[in-house]
Amino acid sequence: MSGALGISARLAWRNLWRNYRRTLIMLTAIAVGVWAMIFMSALMRGMTDQLVRNGLHSLPGEVQVHHPDYRADPSVANSMPAPSGSLLAALQAPPVTAWAARVRVPAVIASERESRGVTLLGVDPAAEQALGSLPAAIDSGRFLADAADAGVVLGVSLARKLDTGLGKRVVIMSQDPDNDVADRGVRVVGLYHGRMEGLEERYAYIGRDALQALLGIGAQVSEVAATADDYRITGQWQPGIAAAAGSELEVKAWTELDPYLSTMLRVQDGFTLVFMVVIFAVLSFGLVNTLAMAVFERVREIGLMQALGMQPRMILYQILQESLYLLLLGLALGNLAAWLSIKPLERGIDVSVVAEGMEMMGMGTVLYPALSAQDMLLSTAVVVILGLLASLLPAWRAAHLDPVRAINRQ
Amino acid sequence: MNTAWLLAWRNLWRHSRRTWLTVGAMVFCNVLLVFLISLQLGSYQMMIDNSLALFSGHLQVQQRDYRDSQRIRDSVPAVAALAARLRGELPAAAVAARGQAFALASSEERSFGVLLTGVQPAFEPGVSTLPGLVAEGRYLQPADSDAIVIGAVLARNLRVGLGDELTFLGSGRDGSFAAAIATVVGILDSGIDDIDRSVAQVPLPWFQEVFAMGDQGHAVVLRLANIDAVPAAVAQVRSLLPAAGDLVVLDWDALQPGLRQAIQSDMTSAWFMYAVLIVLVAFSVLNTQLMSVLERTQEFGVMLALGLGPGRLARLVGIETVLLSALGLALGLLFGALLVAWLGVVGFTYPGMDELAARFNMAERIYPQVSFVALLWGPLTVFLFCLLAALYPALRLYRLQPVAAMRAAR
Repeated sequence: MSGALGISARLAWRNLWRNYRRTLIMLTAIAVGVWAMIFMSALMRGMTDQLVRNGLHSLPGEVQVHHPDYRADPSVANSMPAPSGSLLAALQAPPVTAWAARVRVPAVIASERESRGVTLLGVDPAAEQALGSLPAAIDSGRFLADAADAGVVLGVSLARKLDTGLGKRVVIMSQDPDNDVADRGVRVVGLYHGRMEGLEERYAYIGRDALQALLGIGAQVSEVAATADDYRITGQWQPGIAAAAGSELEVKAWTELDPYLSTMLRVQDGFTLVFMVVIFAVLSFGLVNTLAMAVFERVREIGLMQALGMQPRMILYQILQESLYLLLLGLALGNLAAWLSIKPLERGIDVSVVAEGMEMMGMGTVLYPALSAQDMLLSTAVVVILGLLASLLPAWRAAHLDPVRAINRQ
Repeated sequence: MNTAWLLAWRNLWRHSRRTWLTVGAMVFCNVLLVFLISLQLGSYQMMIDNSLALFSGHLQVQQRDYRDSQRIRDSVPAVAALAARLRGELPAAAVAARGQAFALASSEERSFGVLLTGVQPAFEPGVSTLPGLVAEGRYLQPADSDAIVIGAVLARNLRVGLGDELTFLGSGRDGSFAAAIATVVGILDSGIDDIDRSVAQVPLPWFQEVFAMGDQGHAVVLRLANIDAVPAAVAQVRSLLPAAGDLVVLDWDALQPGLRQAIQSDMTSAWFMYAVLIVLVAFSVLNTQLMSVLERTQEFGVMLALGLGPGRLARLVGIETVLLSALGLALGLLFGALLVAWLGVVGFTYPGMDELAARFNMAERIYPQVSFVALLWGPLTVFLFCLLAALYPALRLYRLQPVAAMRAAR
């Protein structure tokens, strides 16, 4: 049997090259299609990755712990104690790689001339650094030195709108737990560039201890954020944190905190598959055509083989093999081309000409295509499975020719 | 002449299955293109219309620096009078004046920084869809003075309901201390958190009084019948403004630069997909026509020997391709138009669409835009590329030697 299979494989391979022009054209078409599938999904994956990362930066930490009422009413009255006991232990154990506790309250910042509403973040710079949630770049001045730092760091565009600058004093006003307005003059010690302008205007940073003192909340915090450095596995460790936090606190994964992001992720995965299937559908017409012609040219030969006792199953098998070789060659070429074209682009494609549009979609100005083995495997699976299914029709027809008629043709 | 066309037509049907498969590839691709392009244009139209209708209008008159800095002193003098004048000069447009300032809004229990917008209750519903979204209570009326309409999320965060009072603290245009109390008369619910968190509208005269604005405001907003009227209106409004002043006319693209760019970047990725589809179909046609030329080598040899010039043969192949592609074009257009017409009635949606829609101010169903461009662009490009694909097989005929061709093995 293995001998027959070997012969059948050799026959299929040689048959493929009998009409090398046709095979080459089809091969090019498959390679172009496969390349497009992978290239496009790499671009889209890069976009979604960035979208999620940017989203997670404006919402740092893939898992957040809050007072149960905080999300509906983000007031300082709904704060929680700093992590201790089992929650602290869970946050310090793998897979959590970093965590931070911060005070996050709505506030008004006023300069001599203007005032703006912001979200004031009282942070511990070292912990936020580990979490990767600090601003992208400091424009001038410095970031906060430690949690006790009483200076504020503002976004560049917020400072412009407030008509203030580095070294100037601003007044921050926020509500304390007794519903009185607590205010305090602070110095602007640094200006930062955010990943997106909208975020730059929304967030102002101050030392956590300084803000706690201003609001008179002792060691209370608004939220605890934790990360495991991979936003796709959050579902695995979020329940552990929730259990450790107890029923008094609300523990949410980013997928629940920002449904838009998780929807985008799902839509992208779905769209990648749809795109691949559509590309393949167009390819399949050519594939079926090529095989049908190959069978048509060889009707007499196939009839003869049947007459000599070759089973229809073997003929079917041989045609499918021919198709498989064609598909695999096209896949190899397409994957290679995709790899070659994406690798140099992985450092980023500058799309700053449409920066504001990208921002509207939640993305930055540099697009990083992400070549993933998953997309390559998916395209291979789509092409091989659907390709063989499409080849079944011509192969089945070949296998069921009437030998006598086939031999006497022409 | 007629014989050539008749011959070409009959040649096509010598291999009817191959012809249908090739036509099928074209039809599939054409229907897909018609569908995607009309859907795309339809969703862009919707995105633009809905985004502009919400708040920003088609164009605005502002002080030169206001768009970037949004400082309270960058104001438009005699704003209501200017709006009235523009209303008289542009009868087709809805015109309303606005003023904006930040203030700390406090209820009995909570305080938040808000962007207060002073509006003309009589004219605001003409330029913005927000007044129509009031879910509780009523919108502002011309006789109102210390009344305010706020978004539902803001109301929830401030813990206020209809009839409750809000205190505002801010700074006036001259730097003076501004303080006032207003009563909540309406709560607006758009279903989009970002909007429901930020809307706070008060009557313009009251706003001007509280913030020491005199007769000044920050913008005159114009909404036109449709987007095509914008360039003419921009020119007309510009000519009506005082020449020496520092007022500028901003069209929707300047007001919301993200919108056009989001559309552009979306288009780029869409064109990539279209290009791939078209190239793949062209390969399919190339394959078919090359096969059909190669298998007729003997026949063409005979025709050459009988004195037919290679030009006539190439034309024959050309006509065959035209017929083949025209068939694909006609059927593709027919099915594409039917599909689009049907979707125009029932609309189109996909999983996850509602959340994306909320982000881009779209409805939850897209209705494709039926236009000649949307209908014809894709199929005509496919047609063109299919003709180009047949060049190579047709040109091969010029290299044919009659004797060698007649002896060629089949």
